[in-house]
Amino acid sequence: MNISEKILAKASGKTVVHPGEIVDANVDCIMVHDLTGPLAIEAFKRIGVSQVWNNKEVVIILDHQIPAESVKMAELHKMLRKFAKEQAIRLYDVGEGGICHQVMPEKGYVSPGKLIVGADSHTCTYGAFGAFATGIGSTEAAAVFATGKLWMKVPETIRFNVEGKFPKYVTPKDLVLSIIGKVGVDGAIYKSVEFTGQTMRDMSIAGRMTVCNMAVEMGAKNGVVEPDEATRKFLTGRVANKFSIEEWRSDAEAKYEKTIEVNIAELEPQVACPSSVDNVKPISEVGEVEVNQAFVGSCTNGRIEDLQVAAQIMKGKKVKSGVRCLVIPASQEVYAQALKEGLVEVFTEAGALMCGATCGPCLGGHIGLLASGETCISTSNRNFIGRMGSPEASVYLASPAVVAASALTGKLTDPRKLEV
Amino acid sequence: MKAVNGKAVKFGNNIDTDVILPGKWLSLIDPKELAKHAMEGLDSEFPQKAAEGVIVVGAKNFGCGSSREQAPLALKYAGVQCVLAESFARIFYRNSINIGLPVIECKGISNAVSDGDELSVDLEAGKIENVTKKQTLQGTKLPPFIMEILSDGGLIENLRKKMNKK
Ligand code: SF4
Repeated sequence: MNISEKILAKASGKTVVHPGEIVDANVDCIMVHDLTGPLAIEAFKRIGVSQVWNNKEVVIILDHQIPAESVKMAELHKMLRKFAKEQAIRLYDVGEGGICHQVMPEKGYVSPGKLIVGADSHTCTYGAFGAFATGIGSTEAAAVFATGKLWMKVPETIRFNVEGKFPKYVTPKDLVLSIIGKVGVDGAIYKSVEFTGQTMRDMSIAGRMTVCNMAVEMGAKNGVVEPDEATRKFLTGRVANKFSIEEWRSDAEAKYEKTIEVNIAELEPQVACPSSVDNVKPISEVGEVEVNQAFVGSCTNGRIEDLQVAAQIMKGKKVKSGVRCLVIPASQEVYAQALKEGLVEVFTEAGALMCGATCGPCLGGHIGLLASGETCISTSNRNFIGRMGSPEASVYLASPAVVAASALTGKLTDPRKLEV
Repeated sequence: MKAVNGKAVKFGNNIDTDVILPGKWLSLIDPKELAKHAMEGLDSEFPQKAAEGVIVVGAKNFGCGSSREQAPLALKYAGVQCVLAESFARIFYRNSINIGLPVIECKGISNAVSDGDELSVDLEAGKIENVTKKQTLQGTKLPPFIMEILSDGGLIENLRKKMNKK
């Protein structure tokens, strides 16, 4: 079996599972946030059970609209806090956590072999740690609250075997964008995707999170990377339970629907042009694009490694007049680290606005919405019509290096060209 | 569950949840309020059209994007009786069933139906009749446990029934 199948077999109490089989799986942990939690709680109350199945394995994270940007949202936050208190559930409030997909691994809820569900589509991020993690809706989250169970169809798996060393300023974001560009936004619909190869083994945990985060943008149920020493190193001191990195590896004879070979040795920075995540081009082919806003952040690229790359490019330079540059760390932990490393100073002196950890402009909820006719270059994961504000605005997706370089010039810029 | 009838409202490939229900409306809880913004990203007059009880016909990967259940909720409360598509994004598919909005996968549906065609859908059999064009298509039949969730009116009602039995 491959990693995903092994985890689903364990979760459903079986020794082996096959693609297409429907299993009743026991969930290890569930997360809801401030936009999906309220509906989940309302639905949970309608079921008529008084207690969640395991209050230690339910996590609520306020992140999408924090601090509350409206009275409506403040009321929803209040309702979530009340529920968390009644059920003795851990809730990460404003200033404690940050974006759910960063907080879950940071706070030790993720480890290899776990089946984790979240009422958010980018829950697939945790596959970076060798977990099976997938997004569900609010009603289904309520059912998991009540029962700890979820029916699942065992997916077929597509393997991407990645080889080669990243050229300078080419990053895991460029890798995953290029893959989505090739297979399309429905290229892995209902399927599991597994990323293997030397490039993945050499990749930082942050990079693996970026790659798995975008698995859902090709329609996948989950994305996964084999856990290794780097996984162990990240999780040690965070995770309370015992975990194995050896157990959760794909067998040599594991089956895949297909294997796609990818070589990144010659990869250019990639850009997903409006308004579809698979509208991907190498930056040299995009042409001239003026930008009004440059955004570094989100659960895709708001980690310390991402801020470091952006700061390296922006250090001692100024954001182009007329451009708003927003830098939003993915969590409080990332923010604190950025402070320590002097990155906050770099961004502030360059004329960028550094905000507290939140989803912010990524989903057009608050902070940095776009007006009609405006263009944003963003490190986030979606460029759909209306995603970041006006339906008449345009969003280009790229790596932190490209976004930082573009903030300095006011137009879409290859960071490698800035240096000469 | 019986058949549903209604006029087809057609959409294209990869209709994402940000156009079905834009993020700025996610703080609305009342489904009737959500319904006022259904499909706002593509067609601001959709709620008026849907009010008479329509059948949405999509192409590939309908409902891709976020896990927001507010998207199928908005469609359901706007008056959509059923969504037919070549394929669905999986979270949207599950969410729809869980809130009691029938969804059926049917190869060839987007070419076989024009906007405004009168459709009749037998959910149990997965059969779609295009009354206007006098043509019948076979969609993927829903497994019995999913039919049960739909006929109970959604996952919560289904679960409540099961838990009470215990
Ligand atoms: S940062 Fe964006 S993609 Fe990530 S959880 Fe928040 S809204 Fe969703």
